[in-house]
Amino acid sequence: MDSVAHRLSAVGAAAALELRGVTRMFGALAALTDVTITVRPGERRAVLGSNGAGKTTLFNCITGDFPPSSGTIRFFGEDVTHFPPYERIRRGLRRTYQISALFPGLTVQDNVYLACRGVSRGRFSFLRPGQNDALMHAADNLVQAVHLAAVKDQRVAELAHGQQRQLEIALALAGAPRFVLFDEPAAGLSPTERAELIEILTSLPAHIGYIIIEHDMDVALRVVESVTMMHNGRVFKEGLPQEIQSDPEVQELYLGGGHE
Amino acid sequence: MSLAHDARVTVRPATMAQRPARAWPEVNNPAAWIVAVILLIMPLIANSFFLIEIFATTLILGTIALSLMFLAGYGGMVSLMQLTIAGFSAYMVAVFGVSANTNISLGWPWWLAVPMALTLATAFGTLGGALAVRTEGIYTIMITLAIGAAFYYFTNQNWAIFNGHTGINTVATPHFWGVNWRADIPFYYVVLAVAAFCYFAVEYLSRAPFGLALQGVRDNPRRMAALGFNVNAHRVAAYAFASFVAALAGVLQVWNYRQISPGSVSVGACIDILIIAVVGGITRPIGPFIGALIFVLLRTFALDFLVRLGLDGNRFRLLIGLGFLAIVFWSSDGVIGLWQRWRQRQGLNAPSSRGGRRHG
Repeated sequence: MDSVAHRLSAVGAAAALELRGVTRMFGALAALTDVTITVRPGERRAVLGSNGAGKTTLFNCITGDFPPSSGTIRFFGEDVTHFPPYERIRRGLRRTYQISALFPGLTVQDNVYLACRGVSRGRFSFLRPGQNDALMHAADNLVQAVHLAAVKDQRVAELAHGQQRQLEIALALAGAPRFVLFDEPAAGLSPTERAELIEILTSLPAHIGYIIIEHDMDVALRVVESVTMMHNGRVFKEGLPQEIQSDPEVQELYLGGGHE
Repeated sequence: MSLAHDARVTVRPATMAQRPARAWPEVNNPAAWIVAVILLIMPLIANSFFLIEIFATTLILGTIALSLMFLAGYGGMVSLMQLTIAGFSAYMVAVFGVSANTNISLGWPWWLAVPMALTLATAFGTLGGALAVRTEGIYTIMITLAIGAAFYYFTNQNWAIFNGHTGINTVATPHFWGVNWRADIPFYYVVLAVAAFCYFAVEYLSRAPFGLALQGVRDNPRRMAALGFNVNAHRVAAYAFASFVAALAGVLQVWNYRQISPGSVSVGACIDILIIAVVGGITRPIGPFIGALIFVLLRTFALDFLVRLGLDGNRFRLLIGLGFLAIVFWSSDGVIGLWQRWRQRQGLNAPSSRGGRRHG
């Protein structure tokens, strides 16, 4: 009764994210071919697949870092296919990067402050934030939420890898996110840091849906309710975590070969 | 969004980020106060040659270079057209104001001609910036250099507005409240006030949302877009601000020499601004003023110095060039970088020390 297909049929125009026939070419190479995915609001999904399966390209198409070559992308019913990235972000889409994409010359606090400022008014303000600036407080809270309060005045270039990954997540949670794309957030984290990451993900408010790309099954399957399996730029399988895990074809493809 | 941001000119992250947010950084620095006092009482110390030819000229060139520092240091955009914008502003003061070329100059009073010049020069620089932000790194340099070169040749060949290679002479300077503001001492204070205003504006802006976001654009434009910022709009706005700063300096420049001609906007002069900014250091607003002081001192005294050594005095540019090479070789953040490392080696400073400041 709770199959993915069943849920999808009931979603309709209210889907958080709806991709229809999305194809992305790099020259003659098709990184994504005819990808159709629907995710309902608040849904948490993992995208699995070997290296080169097109997972990060999928994210880049959704955020607009690369426009898709064909197909349409709807975000909460609105066609955002031809929107620049910043317009999608201002509508509540967020993402993290597989390789941390931070501002190394600025402090942790300033990084998070920029993230808060980016999704609110006053991006061009010439006035310094005052003592009671609401966005400064929002930034303070986010810094605390990802356990970086102790290093908030340090330059990001001086942070340890795990701290940079946590900051990466903080940047994606600024403002009022409605849907987040996490690109391998656990990459290079210690077991303790992984536990913290799982805690952060599971404690997100229920209305915030996300897609997570994650090689670590322990992390991925603990924080999602559905799984999309990709292979060679196509959607290969969709289902519940246990279905995907026990699927013989998936096991051969994903656990057998290609997995790093 | 280009993915080529890796190829952009990268700037060594400044230590500015270490200072506590929201505070005026200079207030607790005794060196800054000493320099400020010296600058204020300069007319008591220096004769009129030093006051105008050295210090006022330094402050004017420093302000033009400051506009480049703002773009390059905070925005990662190396613009070679900052002197061109200043020159455009200077020409507009001469064209709209009063000069000996009565067939060209419209004869407006200075208080109308100057706002007009500032507006037009800011618009000119913003348009140039709108072209330049479509490119990254070395292509930004090429486009802005092309704009500078085109303007130079245009002024040479256009007689209707720019009066060709002779330029516009005997430009009137302001007289009001019974003061001749181009007399040495009043003019020095006018220049000091404008330069200080620009310096503090850049300093203040570096911690305001606009300036922080610009540094974010420098560090990672793609991520800035993924945080909701319109990166190109931000870059164009940075050009607009920098153009206004350069345009202010251009007004002072035409008042200083009372004339403007294509020689003042040559490609060589455009590159001098880059040299000034890089030698001084483009990580902090003080750098361009230090670079300008070194440049003006070399330009003024290297000739005599070389002649005394029995060399051709016209080789002073050789000294500047060698100095430039030495600086970029040993210190990618200019003289202020050298100074800071020297201070650190002396063990005199806390990590946040920003020694050796001049304001203005």
